[in-house]
Amino acid sequence: MLYIKCPHCGMRSQNEFSYGGDATIKRPELGKEISDQDWDNFVYNRKSLRGKHWELWQHISGCRQWIKVERDTATHEIFKTLKANEEISL
Amino acid sequence: MTQSFRLESGGLINRDKKISFKFNGKNYFGYEGDTLASALIANGVHLIGRSFKYHRPRGFFGAGVDEPYAIVQLYRNGETEPNIKATEQELFEGLEAKSVNCWPSVNFDVGAINNFLKIFLPAGFYYKTFMWPKSFWYKIYEPFIRKAAGLGTASIKHDKERYEHKYEYCDLLITGSGPSGLASAYSAAKNGAKVILAEDKSRFGGTLLTSDVNIGNQSGKEWADSIVSELKEMSNVTVKNRSQVFGYYDHNMLVMSERISDHLPETKKYHPKQRLWYIRAKEVLISSGSIERPIVFGNNDTPGVMLSSAAKEYMKVYGVLVGKKPLVFTNNDSGYETAIEFKKNGVDPIILDTRKEPHSEIIEEAKNMNIDIKNSYVVVAAQGYKKVKSADIAKISDDKEELGSVENIKCDCICVSGFWTPTIHLASQSGNKTKFNEEIDAFVPGTSKQNEKTLGAANGIYTLEETLKDSFEKGNQLSKEITNIDNKVSFPNVVEKKSTVHDKFWCVPLPKGKNYKRFLDFQNDVAVSDIEIALKEGYRSIEHVKRYTTLGMATDQGKTSNLNGLQLVSKIENKVVPAVGHTTFRPPYSPVSIGAIVGREVGKHSKPTRKSPMHSWHEKNNAVFVDAGVWLRPRYYKRGDENLFEASKREAKNVRTNVGVCDVTTLGKIDIKGPDAAELLNRVYTNAWLKLPVGKARYGVMLREDGIVMDDGTTTRISEDHYHMTTTTAQAANVLSHLEYYLQLVWPDLNVNVVSTTEQWAGAAIAGPKSREVLKKLFPNSDVTNEGLPFMGYMEGDLFGVKAKIFRISFSGELAYEVNVESDYGYFMWEKIIEVGEEFGIQPYGTEALSTLRIEMGHVAGSELDGRTIPYDNSLEGLISKKKDFIGKRSLSRKAFAAEDRQKIVGVVPLDKKTSIPEGSHLVKDSNAPLPNPKLGYISASCWSVEHDNPFSLAILKDGKNMIGEKLFVMSPLKNKIIPVEIVSSHYVDPKGERVRS
Ligand SMILES: [Zn+2]
Repeated sequence: MLYIKCPHCGMRSQNEFSYGGDATIKRPELGKEISDQDWDNFVYNRKSLRGKHWELWQHISGCRQWIKVERDTATHEIFKTLKANEEISL
Repeated sequence: MTQSFRLESGGLINRDKKISFKFNGKNYFGYEGDTLASALIANGVHLIGRSFKYHRPRGFFGAGVDEPYAIVQLYRNGETEPNIKATEQELFEGLEAKSVNCWPSVNFDVGAINNFLKIFLPAGFYYKTFMWPKSFWYKIYEPFIRKAAGLGTASIKHDKERYEHKYEYCDLLITGSGPSGLASAYSAAKNGAKVILAEDKSRFGGTLLTSDVNIGNQSGKEWADSIVSELKEMSNVTVKNRSQVFGYYDHNMLVMSERISDHLPETKKYHPKQRLWYIRAKEVLISSGSIERPIVFGNNDTPGVMLSSAAKEYMKVYGVLVGKKPLVFTNNDSGYETAIEFKKNGVDPIILDTRKEPHSEIIEEAKNMNIDIKNSYVVVAAQGYKKVKSADIAKISDDKEELGSVENIKCDCICVSGFWTPTIHLASQSGNKTKFNEEIDAFVPGTSKQNEKTLGAANGIYTLEETLKDSFEKGNQLSKEITNIDNKVSFPNVVEKKSTVHDKFWCVPLPKGKNYKRFLDFQNDVAVSDIEIALKEGYRSIEHVKRYTTLGMATDQGKTSNLNGLQLVSKIENKVVPAVGHTTFRPPYSPVSIGAIVGREVGKHSKPTRKSPMHSWHEKNNAVFVDAGVWLRPRYYKRGDENLFEASKREAKNVRTNVGVCDVTTLGKIDIKGPDAAELLNRVYTNAWLKLPVGKARYGVMLREDGIVMDDGTTTRISEDHYHMTTTTAQAANVLSHLEYYLQLVWPDLNVNVVSTTEQWAGAAIAGPKSREVLKKLFPNSDVTNEGLPFMGYMEGDLFGVKAKIFRISFSGELAYEVNVESDYGYFMWEKIIEVGEEFGIQPYGTEALSTLRIEMGHVAGSELDGRTIPYDNSLEGLISKKKDFIGKRSLSRKAFAAEDRQKIVGVVPLDKKTSIPEGSHLVKDSNAPLPNPKLGYISASCWSVEHDNPFSLAILKDGKNMIGEKLFVMSPLKNKIIPVEIVSSHYVDPKGERVRS
């Protein structure tokens, strides 16, 4: 079970969190024209990375904040966690 | 029975307390402190079971967790448990155990025919033989194998024992209480660190209980006892026996199973049987010691052949002799310690040492005691079927290839020592890259991945002095870094006998003309010849060899067999052992009961049960409940001997003709506040929200980004910046997360807060043509006329002194209201509704009537919003705003979603107006078409229409919009039904929606 540092609450066990997928995906702006291809990329297409990966988790049984977590998908090592409003520096 | 193999004195057992027990129906006695194994051996019982594949007789091989043979079916307090190791099971009064793998009895076993047919049971036998014909597998092979094999029978009764889970955090977790565990725990504890010391066995001390050493001015055992009692007194230390750390998981989380009651005749009141600890440790010190490994020789599985360390443990801990004419077969000094112990207890052992001229302190001592020592000697084969009767022994050449002439000597046990294998399971599980240590011929932990360090014998350090020194230091150092306290413990003086190097000999060659089975894996009956066959057949990877031969795949996970298997593969393949590599160690280290893993989350506790504040009223009024997610909801209220169908029909009918009341507390409720609340709703819902006036409710549908309907519900504008959203019961949690996602990550500029208020409000839906009359009585001071509170209107009211929210919304399609009060007043509200509604014929209705009402109205619910449908499919396209963008809108223009013949919701009525349509049935054009019959759609929900008094269903049907009036067939292969039906509009009742506005 992972041990995740919630930027708001501190170190907490994985079972307090729910997973939210790739944190680098940006939702297209509302009301803007977008091609089928770009929309599909936003909705469906994800890389299944081996290695470092920025992903979203929600501290669902805690502060309910969505957070960004940089985790190695192969080793589960967690390098960094950020608040929702903090930018990822890739 | 007399305990003819019990020594006159000695051991750590309590000879004042006799304990009676039963094995295979026979009564025996042992003492308090015995294991089932030690008590049986004391009684001269060596035949305990049959082997897995060949059903060869099985005795005891070890004295603890490494035991591959002595697995029994245990009976305790009216319960039975399979897979219990007799070497681990502590004796208690009334214990009963039976052999497994034997039929009809351990002494006469039909399956033993496999032993004589063993030529037909080589490696991969099951794969090869039981493959064809395929049809034979389920009917003949599998039942046969199941009956003949297996390690006992799991009980099918409900387990009445309680198992608990516990979460714990500590600075240092130390796994094992041998010298390294005690030393490191002690120095860490002295530095004020929070320490958990876990010992698998009932006694602390590990090898200190059996070895002849002195620490300071105490014996090893005395030292262990004094350290343990001091640790137990310290508030920063948790000391646990009967507790095995069996798994090392990510981020330094380890799991330990504590066997609290297994050693007692029955579990004490309020005690659990076992407790599973999830321990998050800052540092882990693995002090799990080592396991003696066997030397492989002919018939080395005969009862009476056992590890020499086990023989010593039986003498020193239990005061039991494993034999009276022992042969010790060793390649290192450990065998001598066992022989010396025999001699001290008045038994004359013979030592066969594979080494030519070894010299050491221990060997000198054995010689001085006049023990018969034969150098360059090996056991070629054990003789005897149910117990060792003699041994064929021979001299072996210096290159260990040639055997001299074989002689037979009488003996009743063969104690084997092939040196020691560090127990690296936990280190390996943690991701440690283990490495091969040539000196000890075994793998030891290498580079750590997590915060783990391995101490003492588990790390390949086999002298006490070095072990203690290293462990004191590691414990001190690691704890110091955490606590910043440095209370160094002075290192005690250690007296131990020095030993000399071992001989890397592990397998005795076969004498000419003999074809003895030489076993590697004792639990799975894997012999040298099986590995040879696997390699001959082309298996190379050790992982493949393992699976093909099942080497190391039994419940003991090859604790005594892995290394010898590797030695064999490396020898045949002409590779060094590290090049062959070992197979992956996986948790659990040793079997853990399913009960402990499940914990208390069984039966009705498998998930939380949520109840509305009106629950007890429902109970009192004969409600029959149904699980709705984690909620318990009344399904119907039983009157007399009504069944579900009759009751729900009555309740639904009463809503259509009079008035009914339904507990809708379970609906998800989300409070939304902030200046941008309207904008949020406008982006989340498909329809327009900016112009909803205060005091009005609106129905809305929300989508996922992929265009699929996520949820629906009404949201009410309470005041300028304040909304009350309702969701379906099932989606409540997801919708909240969904809103939080967009507010926190996508549109953080929106100034809105959301919070769940599901539990804060109790809700009652009052529905039916007479509902307004009820409302008037409930709120005499409010204007609830059609003008004062129009359809989709909202007002606050005073319900006999309780503040209430009144929504004029309808799920049933009738004139209806929903009244919410704070949860604590829910019961009061409900009673008042029933009371004032009596004169109008009010009846409570459950979820079944609720479904009937919504289905015949064509209102969609979970069975249509099933994560596969878009708004159009549910005839909700009218709610899609063309003017604004919203979550998921772009997806709706995808090709498939805009197809002309897109599926759509329709109504379905059987032509005979009688036959009920099973939910989940398929709709087809031609019921006689060849299979696969093209499926046009499926029945999503069915009811008995109370309005029309005939069955009615909703279906999602291809090209539904053009199918009204068509005749199709409903097919339910599961229920074996074919029903001719007509497709009608999904709005079967009041299609114009006049009633809700009346
Ligand atoms: Zn948090």
